[in-house]
Amino acid sequence: MLSYLVFMGTIGGIYALLALSLNLIWGSVGMVNLGLAGFFAVGAYASAILTTAGKAPIPLGLLLALVVGVAAGLLATFSTKRLRDDYLAIVTLGFAEVVRLVAQNEIWLTRGADGISGIPGPFKSDLGPNFNAFFLALMALIVGVVYWLLRRIDRSPYGRALRAIREDAQVAAVAGKNVMRFKTEAFAVSAAIAGLAGALYGHFTSYIAPDLFQPLITVYIFLAVTAGGTGRPSGGLVGAFLVVFFLESMRFAVEVLPDVSPLRLAALREILIGLALLLVLRLRPQGLLPETIRPAPRGQT
Amino acid sequence: MEALLQAILNGLIAGTILAIPVIGFSAMYAVLRFPNFAVAAVATVGAFAGYVANVSYKVPATYSLVIAFLVAGAVGLAADLIALKRFRAQGALVAAIASIAVNLVIENVVRWYFGNDLRGYDLPIARDLRFGAYRVGPQQLESMALALLIMIALFLLLAFTRTGKSMRAAADNPDLARLKGIDPDRIAMIATFIGMGLVGTGGMLLGLDTSIDPLTGFRVVLSIFAAAVLGGMGSIPGAVLGAFMIGIAEEVAAMALSPTYKTAVGFAALFLMLTLRPRGLLGDKDA
Repeated sequence: MLSYLVFMGTIGGIYALLALSLNLIWGSVGMVNLGLAGFFAVGAYASAILTTAGKAPIPLGLLLALVVGVAAGLLATFSTKRLRDDYLAIVTLGFAEVVRLVAQNEIWLTRGADGISGIPGPFKSDLGPNFNAFFLALMALIVGVVYWLLRRIDRSPYGRALRAIREDAQVAAVAGKNVMRFKTEAFAVSAAIAGLAGALYGHFTSYIAPDLFQPLITVYIFLAVTAGGTGRPSGGLVGAFLVVFFLESMRFAVEVLPDVSPLRLAALREILIGLALLLVLRLRPQGLLPETIRPAPRGQT
Repeated sequence: MEALLQAILNGLIAGTILAIPVIGFSAMYAVLRFPNFAVAAVATVGAFAGYVANVSYKVPATYSLVIAFLVAGAVGLAADLIALKRFRAQGALVAAIASIAVNLVIENVVRWYFGNDLRGYDLPIARDLRFGAYRVGPQQLESMALALLIMIALFLLLAFTRTGKSMRAAADNPDLARLKGIDPDRIAMIATFIGMGLVGTGGMLLGLDTSIDPLTGFRVVLSIFAAAVLGGMGSIPGAVLGAFMIGIAEEVAAMALSPTYKTAVGFAALFLMLTLRPRGLLGDKDA
């Protein structure tokens, strides 16, 4: 039971990173990323390939995941930054699908549908059975650092500029803010965090495959951010663990149903997830931890 | 050269069929002003409604398309009234995200009832028609003819009927249309029913060629989005033009690339379009 909790805690940490990533753009700037699973996958593959085929140390893999995440984020916003956000929604959705297609087909690079196995974990051979506990601690540290950085951004003049753009991009532009640059930067940072989450996922489970990066992950994270509260990093954090708890408890709950095939159970779970997202959006769009707007300190810009 | 012309011919046929769901998606966008991502699942619903009519009740495929239209339109409209309508007031993005949740729910209701198995329609087996060196499947030709008929019917509806005119007015300028006494809720309902009906018909037309499963709609959805953006979101002639271009691009690219990259081709076209000419071929200036 304890090892199960440790495992789920780590997965929760990965979801928390993704939720922080989404919250930065959706909560703060009001941009949408429907291809979060794709950025997650890009980071996972970048680090996995570098550390298995390239035999590079893990920190280098994580660094590459961040860099590739930034590059993918810049690419996605490159064509749409001048446009309304519904185009970004379509482009990011398509991006995630293309990532999955590439992962499935470029076998020389990604080993196709078989996936990449034997991804090294940090100090895995030295730690033996204690590896999962160690990784949970590492995860907590990383989530903590990312959270701290994002909260700094959130409360800085930079964060206020992002929120100003969310509320009214035109007014922000009139106030001298370079809207396009803010949006591009925020999206790139967000994509990098998603990439980092992907890399950590690979090093934790030691195996990745295209099927692990279904669009469903994006729905989970939207559920997490909406439930926890948009526009506030702590909301995403709380939401991520709520979603993991919800998913897991549903796994146990639906299994007590008699005479239902596994396929139908899976379908039922997804139906419930969809309904949950609709209900949260409807009933409590501000989330459990609503955004609090702090007054700007005087004498600063 | 012959292979290229054959690919272009296939692309024209594929594009004509693809145009039907693209028109549906784009028409809804024109009136409701948000991308309704539930089109993937609704296309699947149409394909399965037509399948039930065709295989279980022995309705000929051509008439099953009508069933596909009605069922998909009804499901799409119900989803809009129950779930999406409330979110439209909160902005296009919230509605778009909610439509993804709706998509997930509908897709899995289909999966619950039909499972993941591939299913095929009950169609007469026929030999390919030959025109000199070029070959066309009779089913494809029939689907293409049906698609063209649907387009003509839709054009007549939009151009000459009162409902069609008020839809175009509401899409063009919602405030002015309301001022003229056009009920926006009614127009939204009609647009959703017709749009989703077309998406469902398109789902079945696309499935006639191969087989269907709960992911049928999801597989074509990128091509639908790409064609809609390429032609200019909200423009119906643009939707047709975009569908032709995506159809041809996909078939021609399949000559050089692995066919599994078909959907990626549409995405690449979309990406180039947004970079070079963001409003699409026939889109509004302010898009």
